[in-house]
Amino acid sequence: MSKPFLSIENMTQTFPDGQGGTLTVFEDATFGIDKGEFVCILGHSGCGKSTIMNILAGLAEPTSGVVKMDGFEVSGPSLDRGVVFQNYSLLPWLSTLKNVTFGVKARYPDWSKAKVEAHAREYLAMVGLEGDVVHRKPSQLSGGMRQRVSIARAFANHPKLLLLDEPFGALDALTRGTIQDELLKIWGGTEQTVFMITHDIDEAILLADRILLMTNGPFARVAESVEITIPRPRNRTDIVEHPNYYAIRNHLVQFLGQRSKELAGQQSGGEPQSPTRVVIDKTGPAPDPEPTTKPQLRAVND
Amino acid sequence: MLDNLSTNQRAAVLSVVMLVVGLLIWEAAIPAQKAASELTEYERLTGGGAPKAGVPPPSQVLAKAWEQLSNPFYDAGPNDKGIGIQIGYSIYRVLTGYILAALIAIPLGFLIGMSQVAYKAFNPFIQVLRPISPLAWMPLALFIIQDSEASAIFVIFICSIWPMLINTAFGVAGVRQDWVNVARTHELNGIKTAFMVILPAAAPTIITGMRISIGIAWLVIVAAEMLVGGTGIGYYVWNEWNNLDLTSVIFSILMIGVVGMLLDSAFGFLQRAVTYAE
Ligand SMILES: Nc1ncnc2c1ncn2[C@@H]1O[C@H](COP(=O)(O)OP(=O)(O)O)[C@@H](O)[C@H]1O
Ligand SMILES: [Mg+2]
Repeated sequence: MSKPFLSIENMTQTFPDGQGGTLTVFEDATFGIDKGEFVCILGHSGCGKSTIMNILAGLAEPTSGVVKMDGFEVSGPSLDRGVVFQNYSLLPWLSTLKNVTFGVKARYPDWSKAKVEAHAREYLAMVGLEGDVVHRKPSQLSGGMRQRVSIARAFANHPKLLLLDEPFGALDALTRGTIQDELLKIWGGTEQTVFMITHDIDEAILLADRILLMTNGPFARVAESVEITIPRPRNRTDIVEHPNYYAIRNHLVQFLGQRSKELAGQQSGGEPQSPTRVVIDKTGPAPDPEPTTKPQLRAVND
Repeated sequence: MLDNLSTNQRAAVLSVVMLVVGLLIWEAAIPAQKAASELTEYERLTGGGAPKAGVPPPSQVLAKAWEQLSNPFYDAGPNDKGIGIQIGYSIYRVLTGYILAALIAIPLGFLIGMSQVAYKAFNPFIQVLRPISPLAWMPLALFIIQDSEASAIFVIFICSIWPMLINTAFGVAGVRQDWVNVARTHELNGIKTAFMVILPAAAPTIITGMRISIGIAWLVIVAAEMLVGGTGIGYYVWNEWNNLDLTSVIFSILMIGVVGMLLDSAFGFLQRAVTYAE
């Protein structure tokens, strides 16, 4: 098997636990993400999702292990890895437009002012921010609009990898739905590789090609990699009709409700901890050549 | 009648009413006096003999203000200069000391705010030096610098440096990590991060420090000039007191207030320009 676009190898993170000991958040985590893939990671609060994301962003260094993107080791933050933070992280003294041009100017330092602005406006328009609203300060925008600006800023920079940390966590369900659709739309046009943290199962099924499931910490593991066997383009009202939808959903609920606890606290013993690949497909004739315990669930160890 | 006026208009009317009433009470409270020329030498030396004879009524102060402000820049020798010249000297000293302080305090505050070690290392010195009354430095300054003009500027420098230094360090240290992370993920170098993210983020706190400093500097210059003498509004007040010209004393007190207010509102304006809502 060829190396994936992004590979995380034997990544371990420990922190001082505040009482003189060490807290091992995760150990020897090993997984990969392919180019153009949309991957969501699900896990209980505190299991280490943000820690993983900060390492992928280059904002933090793992205690040990390496992250490679396109074959090169990640060290420090880079314009190739765009980040959308949960709290939007817009610069409050800049207008909406200036927040986006801030990023574009950093990415394309030799573009003319007019070109930078046109580019920023184009991406703001993709998330439905047009006209006078682009001159407002972030404090004059609703939470949903702020997150749109943050998404526009990230996409406008064409990063090779886009990282999103619970981007919709603070939004109400309706706004969240609209922005998810917008995110799918821009992502569809760019074939961007996306790694997104979420705690919303339905959101993950709607958006992702693959969902990584994390067990509880400490010694959390990326235990499973569940493929979303629902064809695109997806639409929130139609996907629930798909035969695989509830099968996948039940599997995820079951994992988060029960197995994330049962599997918690297992030490790696120095072995790379790769997720088990899970494919749930109830459409068509059973493609399954090997016998498994559950008929519609196939687990493959990579 | 006032109902259809805005809050600001009503407040303005009330202010004017208070001013007029206050002036009338003041005017009425002062018994009629003989003009200074009619007083005997003895009466003049003892404050006119009557208990409140030294305090002039507002009408006299207004007349004085009119006279002084219609020709603020006349210069008739060392002890007789226009109010404009005196204030000009004071502002010159304040701004010189203040700008020198800003040139040191803001970059140093940046450094201290960026580094935990620097913050901790500088803190004890700041804590000890800051509460010292600026005038307490005066004898030492006069002894070391040997020049009263430069000593006055030094006193302004030393009193305005602390609020700017502390606020800059505090503002820079308190810049949200998220914003710094935005700079980092956009690969901004140190200089760009400082100017495009940290400076605008900390600007409201820094300007607040600068505003406090200019206020203190203006308070201190009056006292410093009373001590060093020669020129300036502080010297002018003291000199007029020695001349027993209370009309001029009151007039110059008012001018000190007006100039202080103007300096403060300039910084207030700057502060509003850099303040952002989160
Ligand atoms: N800088 C840090 N120092 C000490 N402990 C930390 C630090 N960052 C995260 N942790 C701990 O690591 C664990 C994982 O945190 P995090 O990645 O934020 O979880 P999640 O994003 O999945 O909710 C938590 O127990 C948290 O307390
Ligand atoms: Mg988190």
